[in-house]
Amino acid sequence: MVAGRGFATGTVQTAEAALARPPRTLWADAWRQFRRHRLAMFGLAVLAFMILATVFGPLVYPVKFNEIDMTQRLKPPTLAHPLGTDDLGQDILARILFGGRVSIAVGLAAMFIAVTIGTAVGAVSGYFGGTVDHVLMRVTDLFIALPPLPLLLLVIYLFRDPVRGVFGPELGIFLLMVTVIGSLRWMPVARLVRASFLSIKQKEFIEAARCIGVPGFRMVAVHMLPNALSPVIVAASLGVAAAILQESTLSFLGLGFPPDMPTWGRLLFDAKDRLDMAPHWAIFPGLAIFLTVLSINFIGDGLRDALDPRRVG
Amino acid sequence: MTKYLIRRLIIAVPTLLGISLILFVILSLAPGDPFSELALNPNVPVEVRENLRRQLGMDDPVHIRYIKWLTSLLQGNLGYSFVSRVDVTQLIWQRLPTTIFVMGTAYIVALLIALPAGIISAVRQYSWLDNVATTLAFIGFSLPTFFTGLIFILVFSIYLRWLPMVFTTNVQATGPAWFLEVLRHAAMPIMVLALFEGAVLTRYIRASMLDVIRMDYIHVARAKGLSERAVIVRHALRNALIPVVTIMALQIPGIFTGAIVTEQIFRVPGIGSLLISSIQLKDTPVVMAIVFAYAVLVVVFNLIADLAYGVLDPRIRYD
Repeated sequence: MVAGRGFATGTVQTAEAALARPPRTLWADAWRQFRRHRLAMFGLAVLAFMILATVFGPLVYPVKFNEIDMTQRLKPPTLAHPLGTDDLGQDILARILFGGRVSIAVGLAAMFIAVTIGTAVGAVSGYFGGTVDHVLMRVTDLFIALPPLPLLLLVIYLFRDPVRGVFGPELGIFLLMVTVIGSLRWMPVARLVRASFLSIKQKEFIEAARCIGVPGFRMVAVHMLPNALSPVIVAASLGVAAAILQESTLSFLGLGFPPDMPTWGRLLFDAKDRLDMAPHWAIFPGLAIFLTVLSINFIGDGLRDALDPRRVG
Repeated sequence: MTKYLIRRLIIAVPTLLGISLILFVILSLAPGDPFSELALNPNVPVEVRENLRRQLGMDDPVHIRYIKWLTSLLQGNLGYSFVSRVDVTQLIWQRLPTTIFVMGTAYIVALLIALPAGIISAVRQYSWLDNVATTLAFIGFSLPTFFTGLIFILVFSIYLRWLPMVFTTNVQATGPAWFLEVLRHAAMPIMVLALFEGAVLTRYIRASMLDVIRMDYIHVARAKGLSERAVIVRHALRNALIPVVTIMALQIPGIFTGAIVTEQIFRVPGIGSLLISSIQLKDTPVVMAIVFAYAVLVVVFNLIADLAYGVLDPRIRYD
């Protein structure tokens, strides 16, 4: 704010400054609110670091993740191998950097699928109402009753080999995992979108839009969906963390990616039987999962504070 | 209430039917024959295999197979394990007590952590105590149980040598020594689950307490001159716990499935490790039965959550 010398000129100047200032937008307000959340900003910094490290790290870091060196087996952290080596003498830092790409990509892709399905189901349900709504919500209830982890295990157990045959071992298991995690996580999004749609439908601006003849699809996409986004963004951010955890859990149980795809969970799975000789092998990938999930959870909390208009203050 | 119970039970039936249908469709969409293991086994003669196939109706059309599977399920017959050659039901009953012991104790410990932490956090909102509790809770549910488990093994079994790495149900001792030994074996799996669930519960209890503490009747209780302790424990907590009890009931199936990981780390011979080993051995009937059992748990505890809500909160009226 511009400081005025006298009171009267001050107000005039402030008023002029206020007019000259760009208008405050919803997203700018949300960002201002978000910045006040210290833990969320910490989370954002850590997550940005993790993403940059996994995207650019393997390009910068000279050691390859699958370079086997039997003379350097199970070595604790040294200058040559900052995070130590595994039982084949492979560099753990390189493996974490490379595997992180897969872990984070699984989280993002699975959540993208979940948000797409959830938004579609919720929007159709809330917009049309009536029988459509009733049927879709019964289906949502049914999916909520499905136990996610056992079902994931079952589907991967049954479909792992055939999918591998069609798409190759890496892409196949990636597609399978992302699809299954995504299609078991859309229900909360669908409920949130439906609830928002039901209340937005009653608003005057929708009536106004209907009066000037806005067609159905445009009504949903332009007038209703943007107003239902806030809870979806929060749910989606927390969902990414949950999806990363789910992938790690599956890989840790030995039912995820093959050993040549060193996702963080897979690294822990390989390391768990050598805890006594090479604790670093388990600790660093575990820390990577923990820090990523923690930072996403903090960001989700900050987004909830920033995007919920009832909590302004 | 009875009418509501009956209505809820009737709604639960199509849900269970739907789940069984989804599971069955997944199984029949899966390429490959669930009997391929048996076919590869040279000890099983061809005639026996064909007999078994016919007996289990593997050559019938899909809808007939579903109805057959469902009827045998309704008769309490979950099938026959390919690997252990016993009834799946028997196999599950063998493993269930261990799982329930570990999980139940873990949940009690979780509550013992979460109740005081959540209450203090809410009563002293934004104090340093609240900040510490909130940060710890965030750390608690961001730490995957498989990582905490490995850290515990590293610290308590490998470095300190206090606790055994592998769980056993077969403890050779009597009296207090037996109890101590069981505790030593179960301590790590219980703590891993308890810390995770405790962190989640702390957040719920805090949120629920914060909602209640702002109510007018809390001001009234204070204005009446009740002690702070009476206000918090008798007036606030009792009301705050209503939604928490519901959430706890909804969480229980999640703990069962979360126990899959813990049982795997500490080799606890429970349902979860049975599921994983059956997957590794391609023992389809056992896998199907356990997944379906988990789904039944979800439905049952949803029902319990609904009913608990009505019992605990007389303001809720059915019909």
